[in-house]
Amino acid sequence: MIIARNVSKEFNGIKAVDNISFDVEKGQTLVFLGTSGCGKTTTLKILNRLIEPSAGEITIDGKNILSVQPEILRRSIGYVSQNNGLFPHYTVAENIAIVPNLLKWDKAKTSERSDILLEQLKLPVSGYANKYPDELSGGQKQRVALARALVSDPPVLLMDEPFGALDPITRAGVRKEFLELPELKSKTIVLVTHDVQEAFELGDQICLMDKGIIVQTGTPEELIFTPVNEFARNFFSHQRLQLELSALKFNSIWSSLADASPSSATSLNSNQSLWEGMEMLSEKNEETLVVRNSEDNSFKEISIQTIQSVYLQNKRNR
Amino acid sequence: MNEQLNLGQFMLQQSDKLLDQTIAHIGLTCISLLIAVAIGLPLGIWIADKKRIAWFVLGIAGILQTIPSIALLGFMIPLLGIGALPAISALFLYALLPVIRNTYTGITGVDPAITESARGMGMNKWQILFNVEIPLAMPVILAGIRTATVINVGVATLAAYIAAGGLGEFIFGGIALNNTNMILAGAIPAALLAILLDFLLSLFQKANLKKMRKVSLVLPVLLILFSSFYIIPYTSEKVLAGFTPEFMGREDGYLGLKSKYKLDIPTVVISDAVMYKAAFEKKLDVISGYSTDGRLKAYDLVTLKDDKTIFPPYYAAPLIRQDILQKHPELQKVLEILSGVINDSIMTELNYRVDYQKQLPEKVALDFMLEKGLYKKPQSGSGSGTIRLGSKIFAEQYILINMYKMLIEGNTKLKVVTRTGLGGTKICFDALTNNEIDMYPEYTGTGLLVILKPDKKTLDPIIGNREKVFDFVQKEFSDQYKLSWLKPIGFNNAYALMMRRGQAQSLRIKTISDLKNYLSNENHQH
Repeated sequence: MIIARNVSKEFNGIKAVDNISFDVEKGQTLVFLGTSGCGKTTTLKILNRLIEPSAGEITIDGKNILSVQPEILRRSIGYVSQNNGLFPHYTVAENIAIVPNLLKWDKAKTSERSDILLEQLKLPVSGYANKYPDELSGGQKQRVALARALVSDPPVLLMDEPFGALDPITRAGVRKEFLELPELKSKTIVLVTHDVQEAFELGDQICLMDKGIIVQTGTPEELIFTPVNEFARNFFSHQRLQLELSALKFNSIWSSLADASPSSATSLNSNQSLWEGMEMLSEKNEETLVVRNSEDNSFKEISIQTIQSVYLQNKRNR
Repeated sequence: MNEQLNLGQFMLQQSDKLLDQTIAHIGLTCISLLIAVAIGLPLGIWIADKKRIAWFVLGIAGILQTIPSIALLGFMIPLLGIGALPAISALFLYALLPVIRNTYTGITGVDPAITESARGMGMNKWQILFNVEIPLAMPVILAGIRTATVINVGVATLAAYIAAGGLGEFIFGGIALNNTNMILAGAIPAALLAILLDFLLSLFQKANLKKMRKVSLVLPVLLILFSSFYIIPYTSEKVLAGFTPEFMGREDGYLGLKSKYKLDIPTVVISDAVMYKAAFEKKLDVISGYSTDGRLKAYDLVTLKDDKTIFPPYYAAPLIRQDILQKHPELQKVLEILSGVINDSIMTELNYRVDYQKQLPEKVALDFMLEKGLYKKPQSGSGSGTIRLGSKIFAEQYILINMYKMLIEGNTKLKVVTRTGLGGTKICFDALTNNEIDMYPEYTGTGLLVILKPDKKTLDPIIGNREKVFDFVQKEFSDQYKLSWLKPIGFNNAYALMMRRGQAQSLRIKTISDLKNYLSNENHQH
């Protein structure tokens, strides 16, 4: 869906982004991860031409982005900026209607679409449509910003530290909703964050960036278990165990687990991580839980002990 | 009679004039403000992302702001003449800085995260400007417009100096005529107007951010509405008169012209500083000048004969505190040296050198004293006392007090300090009675009509007679204020109506009655 080749950006002779290339598959989420100043936000803004690249070529859905007028390009790409960027003088409904108005949608269509999104994001129309941003909580603002980016159903969504302004608890909650939102399932998403946990939870692929270059691109599993160099290894060192458990999905160790009888009480899915399994065990205070594989409808049993042994075994094998 | 009116009665009696002036005042303020907003707002927006140009533009606007308002009006006359146009231009320049600066500050103060998200959603430059930046900057912009409004209401009073009308007519007329009611009748509405307009704008400003989009629409409409109150007070009459605020309110001025001559002439109010030039440049045809004014000569104007004697004699004489005379009895003789030395034409000539040839009053006074052999070297005062001389703000007074300074320092051991530029009669006279100055040159007619203001019965038998007027003021000032009139210098700086020599000759107007007849014939032809 998105193909970037040899993209560079110089500001006054300093290379903020230095000859990077990456691909994003349709429906996948790519996360740019790195410390501040590594070039991740610049890279994101190059994609919708908020920043014009100094060199390189980018195509979205086969079209070179430089061949489209910037405003037209941006209207076709969802964008959630840092600190939500809601217009303080517009109501929630007006904020959401900005892009539809630019696209000259008729009013009925806009409000219908806006209502659906607000419902999905648990902001009932009756209570929230006519509120102003300063009357909302941080999490609610972020959800409105998301609705605003999604309203015209763009195939590509760019998100710049979308949860950066939220406190840790709200952030975890909004992130969870984000993952469950049906609207987002089919979107091609590029997201920027400095939060490793967030990158692991949301990213199908992660680009680890440093000083304007991509250090490593891969799945969370690849990044944590097979770092390409010292930088990549050190980047995750201080929460390695949690990240490793987050990177491992039940799918990838399915054969190592003991079968269980089908149970309606299963609360875990095989595409979830060992970390989530452990969280669930501890949360529900259960000895064992059942995981369901939705592809072949098989069931496996897990416990803290089995997770531990499977994890260690997996680690030894690498 | 008039002095017994209280303020309310005065305002009621003058309600027509008050309404005209108020409307003119609102009009001047709002039109200039409208232009300032129309130019300052786009300019402020334009420089918002151009740091260097911004510095330059704000610098220029700042410099304009520091020019004293009366000077700025003065600069306008050679460029734009008199009337509403130069007044509005000057007011516009004053209003410009707050509008530009606040627009600039407001636009640059909009959270960049918001404009970036607007860009990110695909709004173009203009959509961002009108839908995001201007509404969000509006509270700051409005604060600038409020500042500009209050400044303009204040400065617009000065418009009365250049025939643009407004409440300054009452204010400056009142100061010149020592008429407190008249001053207040102008000053109070002006103050109320400032408060009212500021309050109205504050309502807009308080209409929170959310309504700013509506405010950006309603405000210009309201401004245009207010501006339209005002019909530019410029007439294309064949003969237009320009009279000073003081002349307008005097029995021996405009009121007398109306009552005794039945003169009915389209009139604007104007400062004497620009009146002569305006007449010369054919912006005005008839003006109320002083008969010894140097500009009479400079601009080739002629005085019309006062054939019904409504203008009393205005013989200049030193007016001095009696306690000073008792303390320094030698002063009287010294101050009376000038008596009989200067007649009308000499005074006109001296004034001409200052007003038109731009010589310094000190130099003109010194040259004259040397020429007449009256100059003596200062006796470098041995500390026996200091005499404080005051003067009103026009050339003749500056020349006279410089002469008196030379005379006192040359003939006595007293030191002299001068307090020049004490505005009009009221300010000078108050300074004298309050013991802030010891003496200033005053005119018998002014003493009679502006300060003593006797009733008609007392006035009528003496008004045409030089000696009777002098005797009357001398006695009354001594009794009432403990002030002495010394011997008059000899010239009569009376009010006179003046016209351009060419026009007066071609219309065959020699007297005020001629003028009156000419005007009534003109009117009948219509």
